[in-house]
Amino acid sequence: MSADVQAVPVSAQNLHKSFKRGTGEIVKALDDVSFAAKAGTLTALVGPDGAGKTTLLRLIAGLMVPDQGELEVVGVKVASDPQAVQDRIGYMPQKFGLYEDLSVQENLDLYADLHGVTSEQRQEVYPRLFEMTQLGRFRERLAGKLSGGMKQKLGLACTLVRAPELLLLDEPTVGVDPLSRRELWEIVLKLVREDGLTVVVSTSYLDEAELCDHAVVMHAGKVLSQGTPDEITAEARDRVFIVATPDGMPARSLQARLFQQKGVIDAVPEAGQVRVVLEAPDGTEALAIDGHETAPRPAKPRFEDGFMVLFATVAERAERSGMELDRPVSGNSADVVVEVDDLVRSFGDFTAVDHISFKVRRGEIYGLLGPNGAGKSTTFRMLCGLLPASHGRLQVAGADLRTSRAEARQKLGYVAQKFSLYGQLSVDENLDFFASAYGLRGRRKAERIAWAKRQFELDQFASLPSIQLPGGFKQRLAMGAALLHEPDILFLDEATSGADPMARREFWGRITALSEQGVTVIVTTHFMEEAEYCDRIIILDAGQNLAEGTPAEIRAHARPEGGEEATMEDAFIAIVEQARSARAQPKAAA
Amino acid sequence: MLDSLLRILALIRKELLAILKDPRSRISLIGPPVIQCLVFGYAATYDLNNVSYALLDHDRSSASRALISRLDGSGVFTRVGTLEVERQIAEFIDDQRALLVITIPQDFERGLQASATPAVQVIADGRNSNTAGTAQGYVSQIVTSFGAEWQAAHGLPGPPVQITTRAWYNPSLETRWYMIPALVGTITMMMTMMLTAMSVAREREEGTFDQLLVTPFRPSEIMVGKAVPAMMVGLIQATMILLVAQLWFRIPFAGSYLILYCGLVLFLAASVGIGLFISSIAGTMQQAMIGSFVLLMPFMLLSGLTSPIGNMPQVLQYFTFINPLRYAISITHQVYLEGAGFGQLLPEMLALVAIAAVTLPIAAWMFRNRLG
Amino acid sequence: MSSVTTHGGGGRWRRISALIRKETWQIFRDPSSIIVGIIMPMVLLVLFGYGLSFDVKNVPVAIVMEESSAEARGAASSFELSDYFSAREVKTMAEAERLLLDKSVNAIVRIPADFARRMEQGTAEIQILVHGTDANTARISLGYAQGAIAVWMAREAALGRVVTGPPIDVENRMWFNDANNSSYFLVPGLVVLVMTLIGALLTSLVVAREWERGTFEALFVTPVRSTEILLGKTVPYFVLGMMGLALSIAGAKLLFDVPIRGSLVLLVIASTLYLIVALGIGLLISSVTKSQFVASQITIIVTFLPAMMLSGFMFDIRSMPVAIQAITHIFPARYFVSVLQTLFLAGDIWAVVLPNAAVLAGMAALLMGLAIRATRKTIG
Repeated sequence: MSADVQAVPVSAQNLHKSFKRGTGEIVKALDDVSFAAKAGTLTALVGPDGAGKTTLLRLIAGLMVPDQGELEVVGVKVASDPQAVQDRIGYMPQKFGLYEDLSVQENLDLYADLHGVTSEQRQEVYPRLFEMTQLGRFRERLAGKLSGGMKQKLGLACTLVRAPELLLLDEPTVGVDPLSRRELWEIVLKLVREDGLTVVVSTSYLDEAELCDHAVVMHAGKVLSQGTPDEITAEARDRVFIVATPDGMPARSLQARLFQQKGVIDAVPEAGQVRVVLEAPDGTEALAIDGHETAPRPAKPRFEDGFMVLFATVAERAERSGMELDRPVSGNSADVVVEVDDLVRSFGDFTAVDHISFKVRRGEIYGLLGPNGAGKSTTFRMLCGLLPASHGRLQVAGADLRTSRAEARQKLGYVAQKFSLYGQLSVDENLDFFASAYGLRGRRKAERIAWAKRQFELDQFASLPSIQLPGGFKQRLAMGAALLHEPDILFLDEATSGADPMARREFWGRITALSEQGVTVIVTTHFMEEAEYCDRIIILDAGQNLAEGTPAEIRAHARPEGGEEATMEDAFIAIVEQARSARAQPKAAA
Repeated sequence: MLDSLLRILALIRKELLAILKDPRSRISLIGPPVIQCLVFGYAATYDLNNVSYALLDHDRSSASRALISRLDGSGVFTRVGTLEVERQIAEFIDDQRALLVITIPQDFERGLQASATPAVQVIADGRNSNTAGTAQGYVSQIVTSFGAEWQAAHGLPGPPVQITTRAWYNPSLETRWYMIPALVGTITMMMTMMLTAMSVAREREEGTFDQLLVTPFRPSEIMVGKAVPAMMVGLIQATMILLVAQLWFRIPFAGSYLILYCGLVLFLAASVGIGLFISSIAGTMQQAMIGSFVLLMPFMLLSGLTSPIGNMPQVLQYFTFINPLRYAISITHQVYLEGAGFGQLLPEMLALVAIAAVTLPIAAWMFRNRLG
Repeated sequence: MSSVTTHGGGGRWRRISALIRKETWQIFRDPSSIIVGIIMPMVLLVLFGYGLSFDVKNVPVAIVMEESSAEARGAASSFELSDYFSAREVKTMAEAERLLLDKSVNAIVRIPADFARRMEQGTAEIQILVHGTDANTARISLGYAQGAIAVWMAREAALGRVVTGPPIDVENRMWFNDANNSSYFLVPGLVVLVMTLIGALLTSLVVAREWERGTFEALFVTPVRSTEILLGKTVPYFVLGMMGLALSIAGAKLLFDVPIRGSLVLLVIASTLYLIVALGIGLLISSVTKSQFVASQITIIVTFLPAMMLSGFMFDIRSMPVAIQAITHIFPARYFVSVLQTLFLAGDIWAVVLPNAAVLAGMAALLMGLAIRATRKTIG
């Protein structure tokens, strides 16, 4: 093999790939895609759901054959000899297929054997992998019993049992908490920088793309732009500003209003203020609210800002009107609607939730944050009455949903982590079912279904089986179904996991609007910046309450002395690590 | 009350939509039962209509020839070989060329004339002893009646006692008349039990069950909403099989449809109860699948479908008391063939009610209280 | 090609043995494999051995004695002495019919009022009425009843009480199964079901599970070849199937005393062939459907039900209409049942074993070939 070929482990030219949907409709997953990954570099594929990232990675891995175009991987034409490529590369699919009933060690051994790693080589590689992934303590644990982050690390370890010539990672950090995410990226970066490995990674976390050498921005099967992260970031040059919040206004309310302004591409709450990206560098007049100047300060653009600018050129500007409830929730905003007192839940000798207490008032957005396995979901399931508590008291809208009459559940809406409406049923049929389930009938039912379809722009898909909805619309349908009966309280369990930036903005726009109209919202999330939308948050780890307060109070935990305002993610990591080392110390001493 | 009813109706509608929406699943609910009914209706028979036999005639008299032509003319027996010596018997039986070898003794005709009861020997291939026994029974009947008639024709005194036989409800003793009505219960149980066992497990696996549990549905409402559609599917399948039985196999229906459908509804409630019970325990679809399979096997084998319950050891007979299929088969036979009324069927119906009354509430309780 | 040299030879065996090891661990850790592989054969063994029996014994009969002469007594005693019947005497026909209706008895034997007088004239008649719903049992009972009366008549003739006995005596002999014990042919049939469950149903479930859970996607992008993946799946379930075979044979021998008259070697060879066929079907179905639910439904319909109903183990193929007989030729189970019944009960009869084994071998080659073609390392 010539050095020339070695220098470009992936070379794709004019790739095309189409699929037929169940309905017979042809979907162009890849439409004339070209890119190259140079040896020893990190290439990121970024783009919203359905952009074609996974298809592209599967083509490179030889798992699919392109309809058209040239694709050479490690110097081999993939289509003609996929096995030759598969012998030499490493690939970690989006959902890495660990054998959940095998232990960590057994999974690793399996892949070592499949890659022909000799026992001498193993003695050298294993300690390195265990050190890198910190899985050494869990060798004997079944893979199914690992947390999400550890599973991903084990998946990565399995693909790295022998040094591949090229490593493909498909959304390796979806559903992984910030701590594990940071660790995973440290491993990948070390491989690229120190061992000269070539890596192609797809991601919807844009801060991750910032770390790469080359970014390919994709949209609807096409390459929108590619270049170094700096080049992408430069798209937003002179257009990024920070707007301070007027007194007494939550950042998310300002964000919601700014986001609706013409001339504004993007707005996100950040450290109690709002970061905006403008359509034109000199368009600051768009930031005036009710005729008042808001004194925007220019800010340094980030990759995400550049990405949003690129997207503003192709994606139609969606309605950003938030949403209107038929009637706002009545009641006093001082009412405590959710109360958790000394809650404990144990499974055998394992305590998932360890004496947690908190209160949520009407109209608040309350966030449950924590690493994988911290007890968020368990708390959530107890609140919704899906799991009995071992000890303690919980009240939701004045009742314990586990034991109360069914009518008490009438007051809450629930959106699960995973899309969990009936896939074979159409949008209309799902809405009709949930409306009836909540006791709506006759004209009222028809009105509410029409409302949901209007608010979530679902009319166009009314008769499509919901499993075939594009990702973002599934989310909308789930929200629509949960709001049909105008609940006082909305539970959202990692509702934005795996969603792209656009979908997440839209989602939070609606949540903000709901809370302004009196709906109490309780959320769990892995995206730390989303905590900025909350009124108050609680950080859990190992089932314990580590910190509770407003976003500003939480951020204050991690503010470096005299330094700049810390991001929520830094604060989160600082709090968790501090608590963990405090817990480790007494043990070490004993 | 009205709210509760409307919720249940919504769930029933949703379940039916989920089952019937996809044309493939629609076909798979109707196609296999009808095909199974047709194939098994023909295949599941203990009646013989083509028995191959070899003949060893040591007598070669006019009487022996008359007996042979009686056998050959019966339409059931096909002669595949005519043997010369005894040692040829083994080869015909061993390689399954002949199911029977019939040996006529040397002094057959003389014996008949002297009323000395000559013995005809029938050797059967006992590898399937049930078939062999049936075939031997056929031969005995033909030979005995031939003997009596031959003696009468030759002016000899006949046997002192004649036997006349008659069979109630199934005059020509066709197994098919027994099997096909029994398939009504067997096939519908297979389909409805699997359908319900999978349904909750599938909702659990897809996460929709949690979604259902946070709505105002009560567990008992979910139970009814899951049970009714499956029972409706079962009734449709039962109707299809009954149609095949009457229109295709032409088995006359002696009883009342009202009574039969009452029995079927109770039976389906009991099997759906068992299905939901499995479903409420199983964590995954694979477990639900294997769980229902492991239960279906004994239910089918110990129902009286393939062999009479009276032949089973006492312990296994006790087990059949909790087997809804046992009662379903008994009810269908009594209504379909015997025209039985409610009074006669009361014990079976009460047993089915009891099974449903135990399994359904347990399943409903498990919906909410299962850990995990 | 450099890749072939680096990954041939030893690498291949290392990969295959790693896959086998992985599969074995999974079998031991998943209760459902153990249920299908071990518990299920044992349950079936008990059910088939004890539960299913076509051996009619102690048929309850009502004897209606309309006169109480010595002759009538004698005729009735032929039922009372027989092992096949458990007789009870009733006074009137109406009472007997009531007993037949509620199934307290399966048959009525009626000895009419002027039995003794007519017997002297040679025109006596005994009426037998059976409950015909269960036609098979009814027919067997009728046969026994006729036999019992014939025995009585022969005895009367021998004692000179009547002029003639029955015209012809039919002397029935059952080869291979003298005791006419139905567990002799049901228990070998069980082997077919066990092999089908493990080979086809379990395999199709575990392969479909890999597609469903996405475990194949990562596995595909390694040096492993698709044939190696197939081998890795086949070998453990083959061993499990053979264990099921051993369990069934041991059970048949120990619990039911079923003879094994042929050679054990032939039995193992034939079972190997059938197991490969079953594995091939399981692999093929799961590779095509890629879903556990669909795969299990199809597997039950195309393998398990035919093995039970169309293989000749419960219902004799010779009794089926020609069209259905033709259909049975598609299903491998019929060939295996034929070989099994011969090897268990008759012996090494090549004329039966060879052609059937040849068909199984052909099917094994074809199905494995198709399974290899269907298992491609591609997604979507």
